[in-house]
Amino acid sequence: MSKYVPTIGIECHVQLCTKTKLFSEVDNDARGKEPNSCVSPVDYALPGMLPRLNGEAIRFAILAGRAMNCKINPVSRFDRKHYFYPDSPKGYQITQFYQPIIGEGYVELPSGTKIRIEHAHLEGDAGKLTHFDGYSLVDLNRVDTPLIEIVSMPDIHSAKDAHDYCKELWRLMCYAGVTYGDLYNGNMRFDVNTSLAPEGSKELGTRTEVKNLNSFRSVERAVEYEIKRQTKVLESGEKVVQQTLGWSDATGKTTPQRSKEVAADYRYMPEPDLPPIHLSAEFIETESAKLPMMPADYRAQFGKSITEDILEILLDYPTLMKKLGELSVIPAAHTIKLISNLFASVLLAEEKSAEYLNDLPSAGDLAELAEMNEKKELSSTATKEVFLRLFDPQMKGRSAKQIAKELGLIQENDLGALEKIVDAVLAKPETAKAQEDFKAGQEKVLGFLVGQVMKESHGKANPSAVQEILRQKLTK
Amino acid sequence: MKTANKTVTAERLVRDALEKAEHFREYNIFTYLDKTGAIQKAREIDARIARGEKVGRLAGVPYALKDNFLSPEGETTASAHILEGFTSPVTATVVERLEAEGAIMIGRTNLDAFAHGSSTENSYYGPTLNAYDTERVAGGSSGGSAVAVALDIVEFATGTDTGGSIRQPASFNGVYGLKPTYGCNSRYGVVAMASSTDCIGFFTKTPEDMDLLMSISSGQDPKDMTTLPDYYSISAAEICSSKGVRSAAAREVAPAARGRRPEETSEERTGSFFRDDDGSATSVDGPAGRAPRGAYLDAEMEKIRVGVIKDFDNESVDNEIRKALKAKCELLESKGYEIVELEMPALKYALAAYYIIVPAEVASNLSRYDGVRYGFRSDKSDDLDGLYENTRNEGFMPENKRRIMIGNFVLSSGFYDAYFLKAAKARTLIVKAYEEAFQKVDYILTPVSPSPAFKLGEKVNDPIAMYLEDVMSVSLNLAGVPGLAIPAGMTKAGLPIGLQLVGPRRSDKQLIEFSKELQ
Repeated sequence: MSKYVPTIGIECHVQLCTKTKLFSEVDNDARGKEPNSCVSPVDYALPGMLPRLNGEAIRFAILAGRAMNCKINPVSRFDRKHYFYPDSPKGYQITQFYQPIIGEGYVELPSGTKIRIEHAHLEGDAGKLTHFDGYSLVDLNRVDTPLIEIVSMPDIHSAKDAHDYCKELWRLMCYAGVTYGDLYNGNMRFDVNTSLAPEGSKELGTRTEVKNLNSFRSVERAVEYEIKRQTKVLESGEKVVQQTLGWSDATGKTTPQRSKEVAADYRYMPEPDLPPIHLSAEFIETESAKLPMMPADYRAQFGKSITEDILEILLDYPTLMKKLGELSVIPAAHTIKLISNLFASVLLAEEKSAEYLNDLPSAGDLAELAEMNEKKELSSTATKEVFLRLFDPQMKGRSAKQIAKELGLIQENDLGALEKIVDAVLAKPETAKAQEDFKAGQEKVLGFLVGQVMKESHGKANPSAVQEILRQKLTK
Repeated sequence: MKTANKTVTAERLVRDALEKAEHFREYNIFTYLDKTGAIQKAREIDARIARGEKVGRLAGVPYALKDNFLSPEGETTASAHILEGFTSPVTATVVERLEAEGAIMIGRTNLDAFAHGSSTENSYYGPTLNAYDTERVAGGSSGGSAVAVALDIVEFATGTDTGGSIRQPASFNGVYGLKPTYGCNSRYGVVAMASSTDCIGFFTKTPEDMDLLMSISSGQDPKDMTTLPDYYSISAAEICSSKGVRSAAAREVAPAARGRRPEETSEERTGSFFRDDDGSATSVDGPAGRAPRGAYLDAEMEKIRVGVIKDFDNESVDNEIRKALKAKCELLESKGYEIVELEMPALKYALAAYYIIVPAEVASNLSRYDGVRYGFRSDKSDDLDGLYENTRNEGFMPENKRRIMIGNFVLSSGFYDAYFLKAAKARTLIVKAYEEAFQKVDYILTPVSPSPAFKLGEKVNDPIAMYLEDVMSVSLNLAGVPGLAIPAGMTKAGLPIGLQLVGPRRSDKQLIEFSKELQ
């Protein structure tokens, strides 16, 4: 057991999915577009251009803040952070250094641990540089895409919690609807500060910062690595060097990033081109009220009807949770249980699941499917089959019942009708030997007989009911 | 102002202006003349007049554009080497508004590079000469524009005033020059010097022309979030009724209002704080804000009071200028106005505060000139840092570099509180000083600068002496209040003397109106 306690603080950048950029009217969604095609004279920093603050970004910031139980500041301002680099056409980034829009709050992890949020602020993203041998290319499409930077308090003490915190942040932002949440494309990026201090010490140790992590797993691995590395450094009697590190998923190691010897001085200054943002209590309230159900709300709602494992899987998919929320108005615990299981084990296992997630069947269809299953009109296999067909674009507009009928999957539960079929099968000469064998005690031939009945019924018979009837008839 | 009509064509007006521009070539007024474009535009207007179509209030009026306003005609250089070769794809809002009324830009005028200076000697294209004495400076930074109007080349010219850059050259050349209330005219498309003090204004030959131009150019612009809700052309009576007060009632309470003018809230200082994607701006204020105190006044009911600042009446101000001020005060008194002496001790911090806040914003605003995307790029470098260093070293004038260095210094970590923050506090004191002054008086009359136009080269190597030129003009920019430079006679040596009439925020129209009393 290590004698050092790790302390971790995380800064997270979230790209907001507003229609236009933070300070111009240009399309903010540059996915699949030509480099430098989503750039206005304002983003390009022509002389005399002035930023025009996007109201949607303010509304998104309020939602994001409320999703993290944060206070929304009635007055906030923008500041300029200066640095020279080709990804920053203005020569400064417009950010909120002195008075951010989002104040203190907290994020509750699935384990119940609360991580406090220090603040979160709005700022413009930088452009993207691609380096080649001897030259670099600049793409300014990403310039001034709105970002919120969420700064946690150093409340995290394990790699697992660091992972869970990042994942929970991702969920909160997706549920709030403020980001596409595409981690692979950098919609959320994490900077992780890790330090070690001897157990019982009140002071924090020297920290290192691992920059630009874009998956929860990398966060977890990087923190694990840093804890091990720093422990070794401290145990050998040396000091941890405060530095910025990069992480490689391939090598599983952190490495110091090239940095200038002198610490950067960003020469912060109030942004004179943008007046302070004044938000009235009414405006904040009206916008906050638009916050949809959050993961914590769903945990409270479904904690009893859905097993924790399945619930935590499904919580990664806001659309599925929303659908379950709609289903919950139908008072049948069976429905929630069945549909959540189908979501987790059938839908998410499907190749096309990503496609399906954006266009779910209606709650009514899902409820009908659950009802048919409960009434044993559909076998469990048939239930899965109909469930998947509900997502099929070719089946659009058809109810679960219609699909089941068309596919001939409805089970025959009418015992009178079943008995007739059974009698017909037993009257056939080719089943005579099997009947003999069963009566002689060979249990396994019952399967053959059930199969024959199923065949006769064209698969519509309920097999367990058939088995029951066969037993009765043959043991008489 | 002469506009085109059926007898005097726009083409005639424009050709006259262009001929005069050629005639005064030695004054180095223009960095670019748009002969072909201007004549083409004039012909279009003449064609519309011939067809009997409605034309704008400035139909065919030739004007000069300070070379820090963006428009697609010619290169917009701000008289700086680093912008050489830059042709703008966008047009400044003010230019758009003027041209929508039929005004025709004949050329771009010279200025101190990036408007840094008080003499137009800091231009990459050399100094502009004074209209009255070619051995003297035109003043600056809008030197070219002032001289273009003073020599009657054009009817009016645009200018920018960050610390006196309209008023001082106006007074050096004997024309009217207005620095409006901060936020009255849009800054969109004007090369930024210092965002929190930059004001867009004009040079004219009469107050009437100034009023016409302001009624056209002013008003909220969604492209500039610091513009104020429209107020310029809204009369006092309308302001009262829009605030739910009947104008008759407002008149009754007006005389007592001077001492009780409520302070403007921060929300009122600006019109909007964010845009929505349908193009609208979210307004946090009513249509017009509060009327200036002078606007309520009826001269019969109470004397208009004009303040003179005691602190400015000292040896450092040229004797002839002090005499001119005294003469104008006597004129006003003879017309029944009351002259009140004001003490405004906070103004002594103005120059120091200005030369901290403005360089800070200058350094920041000039960061974008890096040779990467447009304008001049040094070819002497083989890496990124070299590209930045050489481009900026070769592209900026010494005065630009001086301000960038001061600005970066006062913003540096460890110095921010001692300099920038302290200057910001001094600025608040200056804002308050003006607010208090305008509780006591309706307008203030002061010199524009301590001396008339000085000799070329006289102060070029003494930056402090040059900065002292601005000692009486910069406090208006820090406070955001309007100031109108008015011609006030000549020195014995034949140089124009200018005075500035100062009013409370949003009193621009009343200020221009009242200046007629000083003619």
